[in-house]
Amino acid sequence: MLSLSIGEVSAALRKGRLSATELCRRCLNRIRKTRHLNAYITVTEDLAMKQAQEAELRLTRGKPLGPLDGIPFSVKDNFCTENIETTCASHMLRGYFPPFSATVVQKLLDQGAVLVGKTNLDEFAMGSGSTDSVFGPVRNPWSYSVSYREQSREQDPDSDWVIAGGSSGGSAAAVASLSSFMALGSDTGGSTRNPGSLCGLVALKPTYGLLSRHGLIPLVNSMDVPGIMTRTVHDAATVLDVLQGRDEKDSTTVESAYSPSSLPEEFDVRDICVGVPKEYHAPGMSAETLAQWGRVVALFERAGARVKEVSLPHTQHSIVCYHVLCCCEVASNMARFDGLQYGHRSKVDSSTEALYATTRHEGFNSVVRSRILAGNYFLLKQNYDRYFVKAQQIRRLITEDFRRVFQSGVDVLLTPTTLSDAARYSDFIQEDNRTRSAQEDIFTQPVNVAGLPAVTVPTALSSRGLPISLQLIGQSFQDMKLLTVANWMEQQLDFPIIRFHDDTDQERECKLGS
Amino acid sequence: TRFMTGFSSSLASVSSQLRGVVGLEIHAQIHATSKLFACSRVAFCSPPNSSVAFLDASLPGTLPVLNRRCVEAAVITGLALNCTINRKSLFDRKHYFYADMPAGYQITQQRLPIAVNGSLIYSYFGGRKRNQVLSRCVRIKQIQLEQDSGKSLHDDQRSQTLIDLNRAGVGLMELVMEADMSCGDEAAAAVRELQLILQTLGTCQGNMSEGQLRVDANVSVHCPGEPLGVRTEVKNINSARYVARAIDYEIQRQKKVLENGGIIVNETRAFDSKSGTTIPMRDKEGLQDYRFMPEPNLPPLFVYEDEASVPAGVNPTQVVMIDRLKAELPELPGVRRARMVDQYKILPEHSFTLVNEDGLTEYFERVVRNTKAEPRKVIGWVMKELLGNLNQQSLKLAQSPVSPEALADLLNVLESGHISSSAAKVVFQEMWKAPEKAVEQLVKELDLGLVSDREKLLKICQKVVDTHPEQV
Repeated sequence: MLSLSIGEVSAALRKGRLSATELCRRCLNRIRKTRHLNAYITVTEDLAMKQAQEAELRLTRGKPLGPLDGIPFSVKDNFCTENIETTCASHMLRGYFPPFSATVVQKLLDQGAVLVGKTNLDEFAMGSGSTDSVFGPVRNPWSYSVSYREQSREQDPDSDWVIAGGSSGGSAAAVASLSSFMALGSDTGGSTRNPGSLCGLVALKPTYGLLSRHGLIPLVNSMDVPGIMTRTVHDAATVLDVLQGRDEKDSTTVESAYSPSSLPEEFDVRDICVGVPKEYHAPGMSAETLAQWGRVVALFERAGARVKEVSLPHTQHSIVCYHVLCCCEVASNMARFDGLQYGHRSKVDSSTEALYATTRHEGFNSVVRSRILAGNYFLLKQNYDRYFVKAQQIRRLITEDFRRVFQSGVDVLLTPTTLSDAARYSDFIQEDNRTRSAQEDIFTQPVNVAGLPAVTVPTALSSRGLPISLQLIGQSFQDMKLLTVANWMEQQLDFPIIRFHDDTDQERECKLGS
Repeated sequence: TRFMTGFSSSLASVSSQLRGVVGLEIHAQIHATSKLFACSRVAFCSPPNSSVAFLDASLPGTLPVLNRRCVEAAVITGLALNCTINRKSLFDRKHYFYADMPAGYQITQQRLPIAVNGSLIYSYFGGRKRNQVLSRCVRIKQIQLEQDSGKSLHDDQRSQTLIDLNRAGVGLMELVMEADMSCGDEAAAAVRELQLILQTLGTCQGNMSEGQLRVDANVSVHCPGEPLGVRTEVKNINSARYVARAIDYEIQRQKKVLENGGIIVNETRAFDSKSGTTIPMRDKEGLQDYRFMPEPNLPPLFVYEDEASVPAGVNPTQVVMIDRLKAELPELPGVRRARMVDQYKILPEHSFTLVNEDGLTEYFERVVRNTKAEPRKVIGWVMKELLGNLNQQSLKLAQSPVSPEALADLLNVLESGHISSSAAKVVFQEMWKAPEKAVEQLVKELDLGLVSDREKLLKICQKVVDTHPEQV
């Protein structure tokens, strides 16, 4: 039951074949059973049951609020949730209870969705592994899957578990372990797509400006977007429709010119042109990922789509451009954490300056501190032109690269999402956060730099039994069109549902048909 | 010794040639219901931290939303000061750590402000007897929109600082006046004129004691024709009457320093009203690098000339249009002064005072409307009798016991020849004391009525002659 899509389970709820409270209870049980994944920071049991009861009332009366009524979901812990602890996985915000909810969270709650918990992440969304959280790292659910354990030489899963990716690893683990049907992540350089890819999910990064960032604790204001994680493309489209739209509380949102609310009934893949950027053949990409890339290109070609190689010449500069701008914005955004109004406050009070310094030293981990230092350096008057302005100029060139390619008749681009399948935690932590981020974000961050929509779609299992996924990149504000192509691709691939040894037959085979 | 005498006398002659150079940075709180980027109320004298939006407290995840009224206020002010209104302007973050600035940065307009290159014509009483109206012009470099900070109160006894965020985020217009002024009087007059203009426009209430208008002065001295001297910044000028004193003190201080062979240090000094001097402020850890960065949450601000220039797809009700605001500009003080002289044939000095005092123009015009007496006569009564009494008793015009209608009545009685002008002055004083009594009643009570009946006059004269036979 828990592995059903939102569409399927929503139909079951509306037809009375399943009760919302029962569904909620199952998800909460699942959370308890999968505690070892460390996906959740806060589990909102009482609230969830209350919301489920309200949903049940509406459903039994035949008056659901919409397709998400009664559906359990989780939210990355950098989205504000009213009166629910919001920590950003940092000491700085432990014990912080926001007095308001993020717009995207509120929209889901207004549709009757049931919030089961706040998920784990890299501290302040800085990282690509969900390994730098004060609550400990997140484990990829596939570490315990039949497919991984069968080929693993280790007996003890605790020694060779793999990372969930980051920074929205907890959200990905929640959906992939079947304790949530959908989850909100955030995506600044790939933080939703990366864990989505490693956990075998559909993860959408919408166009910048399509979804409201009000209540999303910012990393890089000019690149952050709320991300959507689901198990099918259709589900992602359903959630996108609920969340998209101008928010007067967020001046960077726009009313997009024409915004369809669902995937089209009719779609002919022969109408589209798929671009394959040659600069995305990065060193370090695994052979299996490369093979999958080739496989899916061939799929499109055989089905009659036009496929052509394209060039995005400034790709090689993108990661540095991203890091400079990211550090600058981080230095600025983190300036508010001084312990005065909210959050952690140091006991040192010999002077205001001493209070600030120790509060910030105690509250932030070394990743956050190093980005702040770098950002302040780049923003110094004598450095501003050489770093910040230069990076913005490079940014424009990268954006132009994409624009030119789309103008030449390409509808979507097809690239890998990550270099390979999920790494073992013990291997991943051999390099520091900065190094890993630079490596892992290679395919995802140019999309943030340019503000485009992108979605990762799981394609197959690797020889290690772990998900390999590919990324589709679309044009600005053409998110539904992007999902249409992704939907077609998903249907061709038939990626397997995750299976665990301890799944009961009942759970596995329960298919409440539509 | 001869050398020394020569040296000090040449220094002295340098000092006497030194002239002050004064520029001003003025922060005017925008008169609006809510703050610049949040909908918390703009309130004065509210209980501490009672008007604080989530954004004002810098709660993470909050975003700034621009207040339309504040943009209009800046445009209106720019238009009144002959500025070029930038059709596109930008917002920036100015970073520094201070307890009353919760976000660790202030949102301002450093790169491209909303208005530039304006001018302010101001007048003041100058000349030897200080009764001549002199006119000067000061260039306005720019007007920018920015956030006000909260207030911090240092409690040294308990080693703590108390923060009130009511003021945090209130909209400010920062007006930069170029160093075109040369002394305290000029600066004070420029400030006064700006205050009048802002109050007339309604964009700022201009009350310095309530912090609605804050003036910082940039002061240096030099010999005319030579390069400008090192300047100091003078802060903490808390009322209009301190503007001239603070600046003049600083000019004198700098002259004395140079006279004694010293040099001026580029520093910030606070005006101490008790001693009437400027004192160096605590050194702000050397030069501050504010690490300016564009504000990423606010797209560029566009204002449009008129409805025709609003691009397709943009709702005209959602934008600021300059022509609309221009059409609604009220009569500015300078225009009013000229009109008063022109319309009523009064002296420029009188017109200056009329416009300078709150409500006096209205008072004057009401009297004029209600009396047969010529405006030139009315102005004398307003300037001498009315203002004289008000000043003597330290009253504001609103507290005057004599209303414009009552004064008009008195002047009508005077015009009719019923009383003499000296008698009228006496009646005025009585009216002041007993405002509930009508003019005619007072004239009767005081028996000040002029007799013009020939018969009656003859009888009186006859009586006098009869009772004083010796003199006759």
